[in-house]
Amino acid sequence: MDFGFTNTEWFFGTMIMDKLNEIYGFQVVVNNLGNFAMGAVLTLEITFFSILIGMVLGLIAALGRMSRMKIINFISVSYIDFFRGTPLFVQILLLYFGVIPLVFDATPVQAAIIACGLNSGAYVAEIVRAGIQAVDKGQMEAARSLGMTHGQSMRFIILPQAFKIVIPPLINEFVMLLKDTSLVSAISAHELTHTGKMLYASTYQAVWVWGAVCVFYFIMTKVISMLGDWTERRLAT
Amino acid sequence: MIVVKNLHKSFDKLEVLKGIDCHIHQKEVVCVIGPSGSGKSTFLRCINRLEEAQQGQIFIDGEEVTAPNADINRIRQEMGMVFQLFNLFPHKTTLENVTLAPIKIKKMSKEEAEDIAIGLLRKVGLGDKDHVYPSQLSGGQKQRVAIARALAMQPKVMLFDEPTSSLDPEMVGEVLEVMKNLALEGMTMIVVTHEMGFAREVGHRVFFMDEGILMEEGTPAQIFDNPQNPRTQAFLSKVL
Repeated sequence: MDFGFTNTEWFFGTMIMDKLNEIYGFQVVVNNLGNFAMGAVLTLEITFFSILIGMVLGLIAALGRMSRMKIINFISVSYIDFFRGTPLFVQILLLYFGVIPLVFDATPVQAAIIACGLNSGAYVAEIVRAGIQAVDKGQMEAARSLGMTHGQSMRFIILPQAFKIVIPPLINEFVMLLKDTSLVSAISAHELTHTGKMLYASTYQAVWVWGAVCVFYFIMTKVISMLGDWTERRLAT
Repeated sequence: MIVVKNLHKSFDKLEVLKGIDCHIHQKEVVCVIGPSGSGKSTFLRCINRLEEAQQGQIFIDGEEVTAPNADINRIRQEMGMVFQLFNLFPHKTTLENVTLAPIKIKKMSKEEAEDIAIGLLRKVGLGDKDHVYPSQLSGGQKQRVAIARALAMQPKVMLFDEPTSSLDPEMVGEVLEVMKNLALEGMTMIVVTHEMGFAREVGHRVFFMDEGILMEEGTPAQIFDNPQNPRTQAFLSKVL
């Protein structure tokens, strides 16, 4: 007979597959892998653009918070306080149903990006501020003593050093942000959690559907933290 | 060249400088000595306005540094400063540390700035360390790079804030040697130091400060061999 070792393995493999295929929940997940993937892609899109907005706002707000100009300082502090002091979920609802319609007609995804971006900016601001303040103050003095302006010293001396310090907490913030985008399912942006809601509503396969959603989120956050580790290692000189 | 008039400086309620008056001439090397907390470093830092004095005036070549509308960034370009803790830029190579300010502030071309920087690094004995990062240098080497960095802006005055105080003893000599050569070239220097040997040998004048007051000044011979003020006598009897 030519039933070799590999064939036996294949035999047991199919047996497991056959058993699994008898389970309804498994079928639901397998048949909807495409839908999950589409949801995951939208989750990534929302996260990506929110990070962009958050980084820009965060840097501005961090510098504003350290500014000696009272108005700029007040605006920055109010912005940071509001978005850190209220739930993201409520912010999403307020912005999508309340504030944004006053300005323009936004799709749920646009509103999601704006809300998550604004929220993330507040956290990034505090991370950046901590990073800047962690740079030894002798660095600023040395730069100023050479005749650089405050702005030049920030740009050439302080921020490049703060950047390195800030990477680990920033990566953490991106991971949190990616997970927090699940909240925008409340305004029907068709990202991963929303995909899960729809599938669960039509199949009632809670363990399989939400389990699959978790696996997708986990893969995405893992990739982000691996990218972070890689950047950190590259900059560690 | 440098004129200081009635300089007062307080940190909150603590009065650190209680009216300093002095006159420093071109090409003069002034060493400021005195016990810790006497205001020596604060005095030095007021000169390039790293600390803002509350009262009094400082003039460099007739220009008032302490004027509210003074272009402090330009004035600082003419005053090099060397710090106790070196304060080299850790994310830049030795060469970049030296070329950064000339390129960014004086808008010098990279080639020209590097030519000057290599020359300065050779002068401080580190011509072979141009592509090394500060973390790979010893304390003495770091401080010599810091001197080269300050010199790259071609300053008229060099301010030294305890340049050898955080160095291991065997590295003090190499830094003092560089400073001595600089003095011989005719650089105007104000050196806050605990190196009495250096003050005696290289200094043209010595200031003794205590409790925020310039207690006594004179040539090294006057201060070290024949101090008049009892405070100076007491201090020197402890350190010499």
